[in-house]
Amino acid sequence: MSLSTADVQKVARLARLAMNNTEIEAARSQLSGIFELIAEMQAVDTTDIAPMSHAQDLSQRLRADNVTETNQRELFQSIAPQVESGLYLVPQVIE
Amino acid sequence: MINATLKQLGVALRAKQISSVELTQLYLDRIATHNPVYNAYITVNAKTSLAQAAAADTLLAAGDAQALTGIPIAQKDIFCAQGWRTTCGSKMLADFIAPYDAHVIEQFNRAGAVNLGKTNMDEFAMGSSNETSYFGPVRNPWNPKAVPGGSSGGAASAVAARLCAAATGTDTGGSIRQPAALCGISGIKPTYGTVSRYGMIAFASSLDQAGPMARSAEDCALMLNVMTGFDERDSTSLQRDKEDYTRDLNKPLTGLRIGLPKEFFAEGLSADVGSRVAEALAEYRKLGATLVEISLPNTRLAVPVYYVLAPAEASSNLSRFDGVRYGYRAPEYTDLADMYEKSRAQGFGEEVKRRIMIGTYVLSHGYYDAYYLQAQKIRRLIAQDFTDAFEQCDVIMGPTSPSTAFNLGEKGDDPVQMYLSDIYTIAVNLAGLPGMSIPCGFGDNTMPVGLQIIGNYFDEARMLNVAHQYQLATDWHSRAPL
Repeated sequence: MSLSTADVQKVARLARLAMNNTEIEAARSQLSGIFELIAEMQAVDTTDIAPMSHAQDLSQRLRADNVTETNQRELFQSIAPQVESGLYLVPQVIE
Repeated sequence: MINATLKQLGVALRAKQISSVELTQLYLDRIATHNPVYNAYITVNAKTSLAQAAAADTLLAAGDAQALTGIPIAQKDIFCAQGWRTTCGSKMLADFIAPYDAHVIEQFNRAGAVNLGKTNMDEFAMGSSNETSYFGPVRNPWNPKAVPGGSSGGAASAVAARLCAAATGTDTGGSIRQPAALCGISGIKPTYGTVSRYGMIAFASSLDQAGPMARSAEDCALMLNVMTGFDERDSTSLQRDKEDYTRDLNKPLTGLRIGLPKEFFAEGLSADVGSRVAEALAEYRKLGATLVEISLPNTRLAVPVYYVLAPAEASSNLSRFDGVRYGYRAPEYTDLADMYEKSRAQGFGEEVKRRIMIGTYVLSHGYYDAYYLQAQKIRRLIAQDFTDAFEQCDVIMGPTSPSTAFNLGEKGDDPVQMYLSDIYTIAVNLAGLPGMSIPCGFGDNTMPVGLQIIGNYFDEARMLNVAHQYQLATDWHSRAPL
């Protein structure tokens, strides 16, 4: 299967990865090779086969709805790129 | 002392023949000498390690020691360890100091083991050669021109080069077993859900599983005793009674039925690897085992299925890296979207970006059924193959990797060639089964060959027994590269 330049640009945008034209072309060629490998799956008849999303067929464990975490804001913000007054700073998004 | 097993080290420590501080210093000195060549460690923190060793010596003096108290263990840099830089082999986390301990780290701390340092790895565990690490490739101690395998390449190299007593690894598609094979050590990926993933940086959550990498099966059993156990903070951690994985080590193998999947001995397997595996199987017959031909008919589909499911899960897991709360942020950007896109583009390496893009594509509107859902259905067929096979045998054996270690740069820019080197290991992760690799000789290029042992769910004690009996009869596992 061959991907188009537009396909790769769309995926890069969805994945939030900045890529220039040279990178898009390189990715297009490599991803096309990988999708050729993946295409082997398409010939398999999987009618009536239930998808397997997990190694163990277990139901989700539940717990009581109690607060179990302690507040560690200062510790966690000490490793953030940019904080101020206990808030994470990002470029302005609301006018 | 550097060739001693964990059991021997434990005895020596408890008998006060050596202190934990002395043992830790011995390994730190070896790391200082050899790591510039092998690049097995990303971070070493001698002061912290020696403080842990001193604390262990206090426990030893008080007679409160457990099996691994005072023993220096290398931790794969995928496990968060409080106060330690934890990079996952990525520029994205190059300056990330973990604010908490992974469950695995807590377990080793409780056991009184010493954290000797954080080992190098493929970036976010995505790779089979350790060449995708932001911190440079790791070298194979048997030949520094060769790769150690991946993604737990630093761990395998450190164990083989005697730069630690034992190490931890993680295995999503073969990342414990393949480097163990290529570096001539023993490693086991337990049943999915046996070791908690809490604090282990996520790659593909339905496949990721941690396990030990060591110089023998017996050492792996001692490590597994510490690493396993229920943890409520991992939603897929299994609630099972604590096991002693050493309990069956000394059982005889008489009557053991070994299944040989015909698909593992077909086209693509190097002749030298095939010969060493055949010799190992002959040894097992001498030990009383019988060989049964089995079939895992969907083996060839494991690689394509994996390269849909693992990237899909990775693209979701790695969406958290956005330059806001932790990790790399681009120095210049125009607005919020630009900040995300540039931080991720600059912080992730090529292979990680490639897999994020595959995952994003297969999950995108219009392609989900054809790729993701189809892969999940074939995953069930692959798991069913194993269930059927275990009707006829107790363990499955075959090669771990189709060839011995290849040279750095040899697989070039073709990711598909690299992906195919995990052909024998990937299906085990898809099924969630335990898998192991032990050394069984050397190939034509004098590089180690690994024998893979696949067990049924929760059958780790038997696999370790099967490996240990072979290691009592042979000495491949005790060969050292230096």
